[in-house]
Amino acid sequence: MALELDFEKPIIEIEKRIEDLKVISDAGHVDLTEEIALLSSKIEPLKKEIYNNLESWQVAKLARHIDRPSTLEYVKHICGDDFVEMHGDRLFGDDPAIVGGIGLIDGRSVMIIGHQKGCDTQTNIYRNFGMPHPEGYRKALRLMRFAEQFNMPVVTFIDTPGAFPGIGAEERGQSEAIAKNLAEMSALRVPIICFITGEGGSGGALALGVGDKVFMFEFSIYSVISAEGCAAILWNDPNKAKEAASALKFKSTDLLKAGIIDEILNEPLGGAHRDHKKAAEEIKKTILKYLPTLIAVSADNLIEERYNRFRRIGKFAGEEEQENG
Amino acid sequence: MGWFDKLRSKTAKSQEDQPKQEAPSQKTPDLWKKCPGCGETILTKDLVRNLFLCVKCDYHMRMPVWDRVALLSDDNSFVEFNQELKSADPLKFVDSKEYPQRIAEAIEKTDAFDAAMTGYVQIDGIKAILGVMNFEFMGGSMGSVVGEKLAEALERGASEKTPVVIVATSGGARMQEGIFSLMQMAKTSAAVKKLNAAKVPFISILTDPTTGGVSASFASLGDFNIAEPGALICFAGPRVIEQTIRQKLPEGFQKSKFLLEHGMLDCIVHRRTLKKQIAKILHILNNGR
Repeated sequence: MALELDFEKPIIEIEKRIEDLKVISDAGHVDLTEEIALLSSKIEPLKKEIYNNLESWQVAKLARHIDRPSTLEYVKHICGDDFVEMHGDRLFGDDPAIVGGIGLIDGRSVMIIGHQKGCDTQTNIYRNFGMPHPEGYRKALRLMRFAEQFNMPVVTFIDTPGAFPGIGAEERGQSEAIAKNLAEMSALRVPIICFITGEGGSGGALALGVGDKVFMFEFSIYSVISAEGCAAILWNDPNKAKEAASALKFKSTDLLKAGIIDEILNEPLGGAHRDHKKAAEEIKKTILKYLPTLIAVSADNLIEERYNRFRRIGKFAGEEEQENG
Repeated sequence: MGWFDKLRSKTAKSQEDQPKQEAPSQKTPDLWKKCPGCGETILTKDLVRNLFLCVKCDYHMRMPVWDRVALLSDDNSFVEFNQELKSADPLKFVDSKEYPQRIAEAIEKTDAFDAAMTGYVQIDGIKAILGVMNFEFMGGSMGSVVGEKLAEALERGASEKTPVVIVATSGGARMQEGIFSLMQMAKTSAAVKKLNAAKVPFISILTDPTTGGVSASFASLGDFNIAEPGALICFAGPRVIEQTIRQKLPEGFQKSKFLLEHGMLDCIVHRRTLKKQIAKILHILNNGR
């Protein structure tokens, strides 16, 4: 049973009424075909209306939906059997909150790395709700260097509330692990394509996000801080998360406008969690579309362009005045 | 534009009229300061004279940006670049105040345009590029301006083969700039990598506090990572961790000594010897020249 979000209620209510009518109709008491058809015809436009007008806060809920496909599910749909998972950072341990391995996409070898959330309480505890420790980031870096060694492009899936804030994480250098990934990714001599599939939570997300192309699913988010965290700090009130969500402008449309991402990937109507396969196809299509061009670029040019992509980001007072005329 | 002109002229004046090495802490408003270490109340002017070290317990208190520049550079050698770079308001961010108002207030309070300044210096006669963050300016938070200034400092270091020293002190990312502030982590870290590739040394000085997006980017990437005694250095702040794990944290957790013991720092250096130590490292790295 899918988790219901409050703004989905009108849709679910109609779906339920259709079900009820079908039961009555099937029992043979009355013919309700027309009523059922009428209600059914209302669903699509209603879904469109609801999903095209979501507030930031509602998008955040979709981005965190427990039924949203995870990295390993995308891998299953995209690579089928042609994937071998790799474990461990060779330094301390293996972090289940980040997964990675080698795979084939339409006969092309790639390194796939992503945050891994669980799909229920038990698996979420095992995956630490997708919040990595330093060893997760160091595993990711090891795999990226492996990719460089064997000249394979890297594909990353980003879906984390953030890097884990805990004692062990601090003892083992969470800051250094993230910082190192940012630096090393900026100069990795193979193409990097990043997908923000769900929650792009701050530095813990960016540590897999320094790529040549960055794509975002329609209902994913990418933010410097969670709405709750921002509300607690700037509003002094965690209950102001809705206000903070819209102030932070973390929806895919905001990020496209800001020039941070390259494209928004459409999700199946109602969100990626309603059709995992279709969502995965969207990713696969995008990889196949951009990979040939990226592979054709020399490594020197690739890292120069990647460097400039991030180097350019920033907004300054003078520019703003120019924009306003 | 009125307030902007006013501040420009004010800053220009503060540059010309005040010999910065002699009288750095012009804007310190309080007559007294309380030591967070031992609770001793100290005359601010005594504190300034004592490098913001507690006169009783030697606690390293936070140091205003100009005092820090004076501490680390030879007399009047600091030549700032990008001084007037100012932040825009890309998100039109409003919480209890509008972001531009917060910036204006911070400029008024600190006589600086943002939370970092960068420039050329001589450190015991060795030419270097110095970046100093400013905690008094919105908690030293890193937005577009801080990211831009530090990235340029690191790039100049790479292209001019000049070592870079950055003194970090920051509460983390500038939330009011949203995703633009997050991306400064990638920008500054990539610039460190560029400096590495040019084989030019980067000395990162971590002072109280260095946290969040600053600790998780350039500040942790020094060829030398040096901390001041007792500085809080962390990814997630102690309060956030306590809330997450619902446990009290051990004494000294995330302080310099803890980081040294866990392999994150090369050394902890007392403020009085910091300049000498930096110069010594640069001297050795440069074949004793």
